[in-house]
Amino acid sequence: MEILKVSGVNKAFGGLKALNDVNLAVEEGNVHAIIGPNGAGKSTLLNCFVGRLIPDTGTVMFGNTSLIGLKAHQINQAGVSRVFQTPEIFSDLTLLENVMIPTMAKRDGEFALHAFKRIDKDTEILDKSMHMLEDVGLAEKKDVIAASLSRGDKRRLELAMCLVQDPKLLLLDEPTAGMSRADTNNTIDLLKRIGDRGITKVVIEHDMHVVFSLADKVSVLAQGTVICEGKPEEIKGDPRVQEAYLGGAHL
Amino acid sequence: MATKTSPMRDLIFFVVFAVAVLTMPVWLAPIGAGYPDLLQKFAIYGLFATGFNLLFGLTGYLSFGHAAFLGVGSYSAVWTFKLLGMNPVPAAIVAVITSGIFALAIGYVSLRRSGIYFSILTLAFAQMSYNLAYSVLTPITNGETGLRVLRTDPRLFDSSNAVDGPLIANLFGIEMTGYAGFYFCAVVLLIAFFIAQRIFRSPFGIMLRAVKTNQNRMNYTGLNPRPYTLAAFVISGMYAGLAGALLCITDPLAGAERMQWTASGEVVLMTILGGAGTLLGPIFGAALIKYFENIFSAFNAQTLHEIFGFLPDFIEVPVVAVTSLFVGEGWHLTLGVLFMLIVVFLPGGLMEGFSRIGRLFKRSSGKSDQSGATAPAE
Repeated sequence: MEILKVSGVNKAFGGLKALNDVNLAVEEGNVHAIIGPNGAGKSTLLNCFVGRLIPDTGTVMFGNTSLIGLKAHQINQAGVSRVFQTPEIFSDLTLLENVMIPTMAKRDGEFALHAFKRIDKDTEILDKSMHMLEDVGLAEKKDVIAASLSRGDKRRLELAMCLVQDPKLLLLDEPTAGMSRADTNNTIDLLKRIGDRGITKVVIEHDMHVVFSLADKVSVLAQGTVICEGKPEEIKGDPRVQEAYLGGAHL
Repeated sequence: MATKTSPMRDLIFFVVFAVAVLTMPVWLAPIGAGYPDLLQKFAIYGLFATGFNLLFGLTGYLSFGHAAFLGVGSYSAVWTFKLLGMNPVPAAIVAVITSGIFALAIGYVSLRRSGIYFSILTLAFAQMSYNLAYSVLTPITNGETGLRVLRTDPRLFDSSNAVDGPLIANLFGIEMTGYAGFYFCAVVLLIAFFIAQRIFRSPFGIMLRAVKTNQNRMNYTGLNPRPYTLAAFVISGMYAGLAGALLCITDPLAGAERMQWTASGEVVLMTILGGAGTLLGPIFGAALIKYFENIFSAFNAQTLHEIFGFLPDFIEVPVVAVTSLFVGEGWHLTLGVLFMLIVVFLPGGLMEGFSRIGRLFKRSSGKSDQSGATAPAE
């Protein structure tokens, strides 16, 4: 079943056509990678999924709901979580609080005036958040202020914040950008582990190592159009991809 | 940090605070602050700053127009006196409701912007309110003379009481002046402080701190920051309105100058001086500023000569000449210097200073105690 269906999406910034009739379908349960050279329109496309940009024409369907015109928080409440290129976390708060916030957002909706409840007595939220922190290996740092974490830990925390909401679709924008090889491998392992939960993932990535170790399906974007789609092995050998993406060099 | 708190610790904290507030007349007497007028001000402005801190300390939205709500609260309280009678309880309730409605309207518009634009919008609204109260709305506010309760007012519930002497708010026969007035304000402060403490520890409080830290992540977490900031703004406006009502309960007169931008600036100073985002900080800040305003401004050259009388004359004269710039009319100068020193050296306000001193004591008393704090986490 298709969980995300993008049809005929166009987006222009002034005279620059960033997206040119993009069609894409993401199968439920798959890890779908979107790759392409710099300026191919990968981030623009992702921003069209989450309500940050509105396409000029075309539709973006998530299950049976159209994502176009919805606000970011409504899209999240519909079941789409997003990981950013630079981890977006609540850096002044502790790790536990960081994870509790999305947990509460999932349970209580976009606004709830619980001004008289004690947070430290809400065992449901506390337990769920602690479990999540244990899953990503950050349980011992639960009282640490998030700003002091390393880049790799911040990424893990951000993933935990997305996963605790049990999203139907997880969007990852270059999840290993700027990481050391060791951190990259840790992140790949983590992403593979959470793959068992059956969460559909869309990954935008530069690092071929990451793409080929994670993806079930790859779409190649160049100059705002999908030029090729298929399994990672098929993509590797495709001359069009090598031409557009690697300038003709062999992989 | 929310994780280091427990209901028990909060209760102890509250009880200690309550005892400290209620015994203020005793322990503040040695520094000359143990008289009811000043104590009332401590409680009232402490309440005002506590409410302001709920907005500024938690969400980071800096309102420069909170005095508008103080004024609205005062006018509502005096009107309640005029129409219903001199009981302070309905006056306080009406003031909280009207200032809440005002805050809802002003907040709805101002919170469309953040940062400096938000501050400017709130400042503009407050100045508008001030000018309305000062001239345009004279029938309601009595313009520059100020609104007061008159003998001819209906006062539905106590008009039968023939009062001689000035009209003073009274709670079932207890006149709200002097120490009685202070204790009324102190009890209101304690209730408000208790609510603020609960908000700090609540899911709502965490959401407000999330607003301050990262609104982008909040949006992508399925949360809508707008209603959260608006709720904080309204609650904080209600606190200000309540403080305004207390000002009238202890002295039934409301004037437009209460809404001046200087009054809005003062509450910002109090909060930053004491420590924004902490529970006690704003109250310390408010007390400090009111203390300076009332004690330092009362010093004159004569008192300085008495203080420095032990010095030989040729030193005493220049010393008195210099220090006299900082007292009396010049008490703002002292406040300015103090404010600069705190912002530069203690960005977290007085509360940061206290916790630094606390840590210093811990370090010198028990060095073996440190292992827990620095143990590696993995």
